[in-house]
Amino acid sequence: MKKLMKGNEAIAEAAVRAGCRAFFGYPITPQNEIPEYMSWRQNEVGGTFVQAESEVAAINMVYGAASAGVRAMTSSSSPGISLKQEGISYICGAELPCVIVNMVRSGPGLGGIQPAQSDYFQAVKGGGHGDYHMLVYGPSGVQESVDIMYQAFDKAEKYRCPVMILGDGMLGQMMEAVELPEMKDISKLPKQEWAVTGKGRGKTRKIINSLYIQPDELEEVTHRLFDRYAEMAKNETASEEYMTQDAEIILTAYGTVGRIAKSAVNMLREKGIKAGLIRPITLYPFPSKAYNDLAKKDAVKQFICVELSMGQMIEDVKLAVNGLKEVKFYGRTGGNVVSPEDIVNAVIKEVK
Amino acid sequence: MATVFKKTQMLTDTPFHYCPGCTHGIAHRLVAEAIEEMGFQNNVIGIAPVGCAVFAYNYFNCDMIEAAHGRASAVATGVKRVNPQNIVFAYQGDGDLASIGMAEIVHAAARGEKITVIFINNAIYGMTGGQMAPTTLEGQKSTTCVYGRDSLLNGNPIKVCELLATLDGPAYIERVALSDASSVRKAKKAVKKAFEYQRQGKGFTLVEMLSSCPTNWKMTPDKALEYVKNDMQKIFPLGVFKEVE
Repeated sequence: MKKLMKGNEAIAEAAVRAGCRAFFGYPITPQNEIPEYMSWRQNEVGGTFVQAESEVAAINMVYGAASAGVRAMTSSSSPGISLKQEGISYICGAELPCVIVNMVRSGPGLGGIQPAQSDYFQAVKGGGHGDYHMLVYGPSGVQESVDIMYQAFDKAEKYRCPVMILGDGMLGQMMEAVELPEMKDISKLPKQEWAVTGKGRGKTRKIINSLYIQPDELEEVTHRLFDRYAEMAKNETASEEYMTQDAEIILTAYGTVGRIAKSAVNMLREKGIKAGLIRPITLYPFPSKAYNDLAKKDAVKQFICVELSMGQMIEDVKLAVNGLKEVKFYGRTGGNVVSPEDIVNAVIKEVK
Repeated sequence: MATVFKKTQMLTDTPFHYCPGCTHGIAHRLVAEAIEEMGFQNNVIGIAPVGCAVFAYNYFNCDMIEAAHGRASAVATGVKRVNPQNIVFAYQGDGDLASIGMAEIVHAAARGEKITVIFINNAIYGMTGGQMAPTTLEGQKSTTCVYGRDSLLNGNPIKVCELLATLDGPAYIERVALSDASSVRKAKKAVKKAFEYQRQGKGFTLVEMLSSCPTNWKMTPDKALEYVKNDMQKIFPLGVFKEVE
């Protein structure tokens, strides 16, 4: 049975059903419903909730809980995610799984609380110090967020790295009817052999660490991380295409903007303009091949990348298109959201 | 031949990297012996800091987590909350705990996290080469206060035990010194008491150990121990600052 739920609450419930038994957070708009929901829900399922003294502390509590092999997560929004970067880098270096939700707001600085996509670089290029990536998803609606969240811990454990769900205030605050998945039996989840238990001694000791003083050793560890990213690219890369079959203009956008762009495609088709859409679902690994395949089609004349930023994803789009076709940009920033009409007008300007 | 003394099994055979005369080795042994004597061998997780004790995970013979600078008590909170049956200790220095990690230690204490923090106060940043610490004494020289700490310019040393004792979360807070044999014996008793209070779930526990850093203080080891006894203890008096019933 479908249930009408706010994005933030639906993600929190999906996390619980996916086996999340430790949540550490700190208040920041527009994601407050996640820690609020978790504060009572974790109690109901025998999990842990701590309202930390800062985002820095919250991510380090995640580091501690994840070290014990427990499904742990945190959520925040842009300025708070900046504070978490230290911990995220350590978690990646220590090869720990966890889930991080970023309900992006506008920036830089304190910015605003309206929807934005200006944390794309931070999410997909690393964000903290060092050579690392995370598996980053950009869901476009509440149901897709729930479905991604439900799988996120499995993926995080498989690749031993954090999974980031990159949403925005719109996604977190909107209500939609969702089908919630069943509660996972946490006693049946795979045991994490690397986790600390308190029982380790001598050769059975478990050490969670990201310090490697010998360059050769750190180089080897970094190669291990990047081998996993290559595996991730092979298995997890996902995108959605809409009316690209005969399209001449390919719109591209992720997350909530992907949905708005879909409406714009419909409106453009009514006007006789052959528009299509490619919406990346994984932002890292980026679905480059799908873009490149489109770029190779004779019918395709150009790409228009639509973002709530000054243009961040467009760099990955251009790399994927590799000069085969022109890639134009249309975006709003500062917390302004594009309407389907705005996109239609931007496209009409381009085709003139 | 009868064995009259042997090294605790809670320390590995890895040689310490600590400088000659440094008291980290003593502090490690006290903690390790306390774990063994109290029977926590198969139920203990340690958190290593950033600073001189960054390699503590090589020395304590138990499951260990290396934390980011200052975050040991947040990491300890995370692991203890999900593994409440474990004895969890964080081992932190003065820069780590009382400067960059001040928010984490205060809030872990205020929440009454059932962890034990071993706080090594040697009044200097040792690993990075002798910069001023939050606990550097007035007049004490460091590479970032070359004429000696001037309270008008550099502020005053922070008294961690006194500060944390104002909170309701801590169950046990004591300051000890590692300056001579009798104070070392007292320090071990304090560690055991802290672990016992943790075992009983009474709340947050912390033992501050006044320690020496001959290398960065530019003193011989015995002079450094005298400095702990005669100078440090004037600013950081020993004693129990908080103990719940």
